[in-house]
Amino acid sequence: MGHKMAQLFLGLVMGICFGFLLQRGGVTQYEVIMGQLLLRDWTVLKVMLSAVVTGMVGIYALRIPGLVRLHKKSGAVGSTVFGGLIFGVGFALLGYCPGTLAGAVGQGSMDALFGGVLGMLAGTAIYAAVYDPLERKVLHIGEFGRLTLPQLFNVKPWSVIVVLGALIVVFFFILEYAGL
Amino acid sequence: MISEPSNAMSRVATAGTLAFVALLVLIWCVDAAGKDAGVTSSAIEPSVWSMKRWSPYAAGIGIGILSWFTFLLSDNTLGASGSYATTAGMLERILRGSKVKEKTYYREHPPEIGWGWMLLVGIVVGAFMSAKLSGDFHIEIVPSLWERTIGEGVLLRVAVAFTGGLLLGIGSRWADGCTSGHGISGTLQLVASSWLAAICFFVGGVGTALIIF
Repeated sequence: MGHKMAQLFLGLVMGICFGFLLQRGGVTQYEVIMGQLLLRDWTVLKVMLSAVVTGMVGIYALRIPGLVRLHKKSGAVGSTVFGGLIFGVGFALLGYCPGTLAGAVGQGSMDALFGGVLGMLAGTAIYAAVYDPLERKVLHIGEFGRLTLPQLFNVKPWSVIVVLGALIVVFFFILEYAGL
Repeated sequence: MISEPSNAMSRVATAGTLAFVALLVLIWCVDAAGKDAGVTSSAIEPSVWSMKRWSPYAAGIGIGILSWFTFLLSDNTLGASGSYATTAGMLERILRGSKVKEKTYYREHPPEIGWGWMLLVGIVVGAFMSAKLSGDFHIEIVPSLWERTIGEGVLLRVAVAFTGGLLLGIGSRWADGCTSGHGISGTLQLVASSWLAAICFFVGGVGTALIIF
């Protein structure tokens, strides 16, 4: 019980840090997210890809002494691609994603609260209601499981990290050079 | 391996050391970015906490470092969409009681308060703290970009936001993750499904945005 309460508390503290960083990074702003989706403002990808570079180096380093384990999500065309595209349409209509939506509520954006959050609750409830037939007929189409990029390309994880990290840094330099 | 008590001690020790280094790195990043923008050299000398925006790179590095701690201390990942489903399930439980468990989804994902749900609550609190500290907090219903291009009508904005939220809710559960769970936490673990999902989020998003605006 003590352990469970401690974890709930940690979840709250980490959420506060996450929300703080999202808001300060500017990605809880409707204009910033729409700017990204209209390819005019690249803040969202700068935040995401900086997090990815930092995160992947740390997580794979912490894996060496066995301090962390991976939490890989299974994938399939029927779930990842179909769901991802539906998500994308909602993303552009709402102008926030689930995490930044919560952050937008915290900064006082009422369209996020009365439109987005209520919509998300309705959407997830609908999904839970249609989950059974969807699971039987669609979600497993073209399943490829918990595949990782190193497995896909048949190389060591650190090779992927170095190449991907370099590509992302080059991408950042291009963005800055282009004044975006 | 992950649940041995001695391992737990070393994880806490590692986390403590990392937290200290991370804090130094983050303050240095924000400070450097501020100097770049010529903010900190002014006479008022605003602190890191009162700056309205941090460099997106600093915020991203901060989120990346935060992800280390979610793995180290909570054996969990940053994600948001699942907790909306949890909330929907909790509301349904209030209405229908234990019948909610008739649904396979809620049997597989019990609608109970857990680490991820607290994380979602924390995001609201953290964003509020950030906005209050920098003076960015303000009640707004229609975002300015929407007002300029589409109109001032509150009802239309809320209706479209609701529709967007609805699709976001369905899509995020359908794809088993959102821009946080797949887009950051999954991609940083080099998971193929997460990279594919992140690409689909942006393909769908950019396509739709270009049609609307």
